[in-house]
Amino acid sequence: MEKIVLPDIPNLDNLDVYIENGGFEGAKKAFQMSREDVIEEVKKSGLRGRGGAGFFTGLKWSFMPRTKTKPHYLAVNGDESEPGSFKDRQIFEKNPHQLIEGIIIAAYAIQAETVYIYIRGEYYNWIQMLQKAIDANYERGHLGEKMRETFNTDFYCNVYIHRGAGAYICGEESALMNSIEGRRGYPRVKPPFPAQNGLWGNPTTINNVETITNVPKIIANGGEWFASIGAPKHPGTLLFGVSGHVNKPGVYELPTGTLLTDIIYNYAGGVPGNKKIKCVIPGGSSMPPLRGDSIEGVKMDADSLREAGSMIGTGGIMVMDEDTNLLDVLLRISHFYHHESCGQCTPCREGTGWMEKILRRIKNGQGTSRDLDLLVDVAKNIEGRTVCALGDAAAWPVKFMIERFRDEFEKYVKPEVVIPVPNKIHSLKHSTFTVESIKISSKDGIQLKLDN
Amino acid sequence: MSFQFTEENLKRIEEARKKYPTSLAAVMDACYIGQEQNGHISEEVMEEISRVLDVPKTDVLGVVTFYTMYHQKPMGKYHIQVCTNVSCMLRGGYEIFDAIKNKLGIDNMEVTEDGKFSIEEVECMGACGGAPMIAINNDYYENMTKEKVLEILESLK
Ligand SMILES: Cc1cc2nc3c(=O)[nH]c(=O)nc-3n(C[C@H](O)[C@H](O)[C@H](O)COP(=O)(O)O)c2cc1C
Ligand code: SF4
Ligand code: FES
Repeated sequence: MEKIVLPDIPNLDNLDVYIENGGFEGAKKAFQMSREDVIEEVKKSGLRGRGGAGFFTGLKWSFMPRTKTKPHYLAVNGDESEPGSFKDRQIFEKNPHQLIEGIIIAAYAIQAETVYIYIRGEYYNWIQMLQKAIDANYERGHLGEKMRETFNTDFYCNVYIHRGAGAYICGEESALMNSIEGRRGYPRVKPPFPAQNGLWGNPTTINNVETITNVPKIIANGGEWFASIGAPKHPGTLLFGVSGHVNKPGVYELPTGTLLTDIIYNYAGGVPGNKKIKCVIPGGSSMPPLRGDSIEGVKMDADSLREAGSMIGTGGIMVMDEDTNLLDVLLRISHFYHHESCGQCTPCREGTGWMEKILRRIKNGQGTSRDLDLLVDVAKNIEGRTVCALGDAAAWPVKFMIERFRDEFEKYVKPEVVIPVPNKIHSLKHSTFTVESIKISSKDGIQLKLDN
Repeated sequence: MSFQFTEENLKRIEEARKKYPTSLAAVMDACYIGQEQNGHISEEVMEEISRVLDVPKTDVLGVVTFYTMYHQKPMGKYHIQVCTNVSCMLRGGYEIFDAIKNKLGIDNMEVTEDGKFSIEEVECMGACGGAPMIAINNDYYENMTKEKVLEILESLK
């Protein structure tokens, strides 16, 4: 299987090596095409965003105004902060020139004269690597005004890196734009959409690093070629980042539609100690977790995963073996979303706090089975009621983890019973009690010890 | 105590300013440069950024308080960041975190008395395939064990 994004070619981060291996053929071809035809080719390829939402890339580009009355911007999303995701970093390190070539083609297609690559602040060393690659391309006349000569076109663009500074929310596209503008990373209410009103009020397209890195090969080899790889409705390859309880964690580039079990057992080397799998989160920590006993036959593409009850997200696969304490996992996930909520909307700000608090209460042995229902309720009240999708990202793990692993969570809470008890005026009142322990014996029947 | 950017850093800020149509956008780069020169972002650093870029000081403060990588207090010469998010947790992230805290005798976000080390529990650093991982200043250390981590600490002078 041919790799598109991370080919096994040594020293590909060297510009000469990249060019010797067909680098910039896509860009050269693109500049001989009209902008519309470039967008058409990307539409034909069926390429979908690799940043989490899976939106069609060609369609997104076509939302940009055709006649240019204001500056246009391209913002490339390399925030990569979704827990379980570590793929874009491989591109900065191993194939930076293909990302830059993709940027040139995308910028041409949407008429963006300025491009910002937003990279999380922690990736300091990878920012240096990418900056070196950008500098090399300026020197070679692939970027800046010299492009016009090199590619025989009247278009040129400049590319800058914007370094983030530690805030998960800045991966959300409108927060990312605020961050580039030098503001706090608060998501913006949509509409207006970025293609009308993005960076400094100008038309802007936001695409993930991996998405853009696919583009040169699509233009060089044609949209049909790309569309024939992997799952028809979500074609191409994905960089699957496998982590957690596997023998060979790492990033594996494989066609969409590859079996999840194939990735875990054949590529990532299976589970240490041959243990059973209890739970898999297939696309980064925001995505609904799957039960280990339900992953047989699940394919890794957007539609198949939706059918299986989850989502492809960033393709970050987190594997948990049978000994994993899912309460600890869910508590850690909920702590993350509470910590990263920007606090703009009440359901997200308060809800993430409640969920963490309730889970902590359960962890401290103080939880009751009603708390589990309460958690699901709180999650459902966040879902779909917030400015940005962080709300959903916080709600889904809680809702689905508890619904799908209720048996396990019941073990950590005390059951509750409703018993009619006489009160002072000798009438019966129904009260709810938490049960400390239940004893069943043939001699004494059922004995409930109630919690005071 | 007033703070002034060095000539070289003023040039770097000027370069950063050129990337954007507004000077506000250069605040994040300027904050990094200020933190690098001063060790942390004090009131004086913010005032100087506000003066150099000609943006309101409240805007600088807004940025500094929003992003976790900007420090308003001095941190250690070696700032140790330990990831305890899920993929790292599953492979012993908390044991690594505890081992470092014990060794240094400090808690989360504290600095050792000699100013050499500080420790911070961080969210996923995008290195889950090398879990458990830590970062010391800007450098990543992956596939950590308690032994390896203690060895690394010993080697930092
Ligand atoms: C809370 C949150 C965090 C996100 N983080 C990232 C991220 O780190 N990287 C990314 O590419 N997209 C991220 N996204 C998705 C972006 O908003 C956007 O959809 C994506 O960058 C578009 O690019 P694509 O169409 O090429 O996927 C995030 C979304 C949300 C709601
Ligand atoms: S959903 Fe959460 S993170 Fe998103 S805007 Fe609202 S408060 Fe902020
Ligand atoms: S969970 Fe630790 S680096 Fe991702």
